[in-house]
Amino acid sequence: MLLLLFRLSFLSFFPSLSLSQHFAPTGTKPHQRISVSLNFKQRKQREEKRRMMMKLDTSGLESFSAAVPSAMAAAEDQLFAPPSFDLPAGCADFDKFQMEAKQTLKHAKGTTTLAFIFNQGVIVAADSRASMGGYISSQSVKKIIEINPYMLGTMAGGAADCQFWHRNLGIKCRLHELANKRRISVTGASKLLANILYSYRGMGLSIGTMIAGWDEKGPGLYYVDSEGGRLKGNRFSVGSGSPYAYGVLDNGYRPDMTVDEAHELARRAIYHATFRDGASGGVVSVYHVGPNGWKKLSGDDVSELHYKYYPVQPTPVEHEMVDAPPA
Amino acid sequence: MARYDRAITVFSPDGHLFQVEYALEAVRKGNAAVGVRGSDTVVLGVEKKSTPKLQDSRTVRKIVSLDTHIALACAGLKADARVLINRARIECQSHRLTVEDPVTVEYITRYIAGLQQKYTQSGGVRPFGLSTLIVGFDPYSEKPALYQTDPSGTFSAWKANATGRNSNSMREFLEKNYKETSGKETIKLAIRALLEVVESGGKNIEIAVMTHKDGLRQLEEAEIDEYVAEIEAEKAAAEAAKKGGFCFIILY
Repeated sequence: MLLLLFRLSFLSFFPSLSLSQHFAPTGTKPHQRISVSLNFKQRKQREEKRRMMMKLDTSGLESFSAAVPSAMAAAEDQLFAPPSFDLPAGCADFDKFQMEAKQTLKHAKGTTTLAFIFNQGVIVAADSRASMGGYISSQSVKKIIEINPYMLGTMAGGAADCQFWHRNLGIKCRLHELANKRRISVTGASKLLANILYSYRGMGLSIGTMIAGWDEKGPGLYYVDSEGGRLKGNRFSVGSGSPYAYGVLDNGYRPDMTVDEAHELARRAIYHATFRDGASGGVVSVYHVGPNGWKKLSGDDVSELHYKYYPVQPTPVEHEMVDAPPA
Repeated sequence: MARYDRAITVFSPDGHLFQVEYALEAVRKGNAAVGVRGSDTVVLGVEKKSTPKLQDSRTVRKIVSLDTHIALACAGLKADARVLINRARIECQSHRLTVEDPVTVEYITRYIAGLQQKYTQSGGVRPFGLSTLIVGFDPYSEKPALYQTDPSGTFSAWKANATGRNSNSMREFLEKNYKETSGKETIKLAIRALLEVVESGGKNIEIAVMTHKDGLRQLEEAEIDEYVAEIEAEKAAAEAAKKGGFCFIILY
């Protein structure tokens, strides 16, 4: 697996060493050279894939060059065109190769995040552990991302993916505000994100996020994931620790809780998830989204919470060690 | 000057885009259209030129809806209007799909104006030869709105406005007689403005009324005739009062 990856990067540095220099069918652009060893069917599949790839929703990555007249944009395209490379020869089944490559890089969504709507708004809570396989890489990851002063997003899955696309969503929300002179609704924001993620479907993004906020219609909560799914709901928990969190959350939930009760419920739910799930831990952060925006309520270390919920009981000593009497 | 009016994207030395100004001329030759915004109603009125006997007048619709809560009337080239209206309708639905919200009147006006502007800054195309009056209610604030766009791509909100033929006299009338109205009064104001420049009668005027609850409603000819009759009666009463007072003074 690693060897294949290495070969790929090797070829990208030396594009002229491709095996098919002399075989460039008329009508294809130079960088779309097709390897001789592929048969007709595989060539067609690859062309189709490339055509499908063209339909990416790159509005999130647009720079202002999109507004510039066409001549300048064409020149820019040539200057900043991404480098291209030929597929390694002998890579007969490209789809399988791509899937395997993704699997090696994919982290299972090792985390616990939850959010729920109640009468006083939305509570959003998350742990803060990042793990790579069995290694805990960080205990202090910010998994609740502040998209704008009245909207929060949670992070589960690939950290880079979540952080980038949430910031991108923040940009789009702000642009919407400036253009339309009113804030974007939680519905609209989650739909924007879901549409972008859908267009990248199958390309290895790993995002399981909840968008929580307060807009003109009141509190809003949506679950959006990298498969392109988008669900509206009242209670969600995402991540490897979510079954444990759901148990506590569903048991203690009432729509007419006070903010303090809801805060305690969320904190307890995340704590219990971190207790049982190895990929969750660190610090429990709890946020509350009200009509005036979000406010961070607390950030408690899980190990300290443990002793709060299960204080140490002094146990009677069974066998006391005494000094042997001097003979 | 003739050298600067061929290509749309070329300015003249004194800062004019002649193609855009010629498009405005085309608008001035189009049929009259008026829009009035009340506190809970918006009214659009259009002059209906006499239909040829063999034409099916129902297929000639001058006031169209862009969405359930937005309507549009225009003055100018009707074929251009069709294209613009289709694009606006698609944009209304596209907005509903991506943001799960109906468009606001300002948003769709901005879109139409942006479209009109794009065609003043591209090669090989000519501007749309029409000005539009866009009315509607914003989805959540329930406030009525009236906007106007023109071939150059500018737009602004109005309390009442007119475009097309004799729009200046209509606008003068509206400026003199506008006051905050609601319901029937708004309709009457719009009809009175139209009657300044159009022959009186239900078959020469087309009126559409939009309220937040009931959406867009085109008035029947009979209804329009009723309003026209009311207006004429009021006018006659006002004349009589003036004359009567005058005679009174003379006698005295």
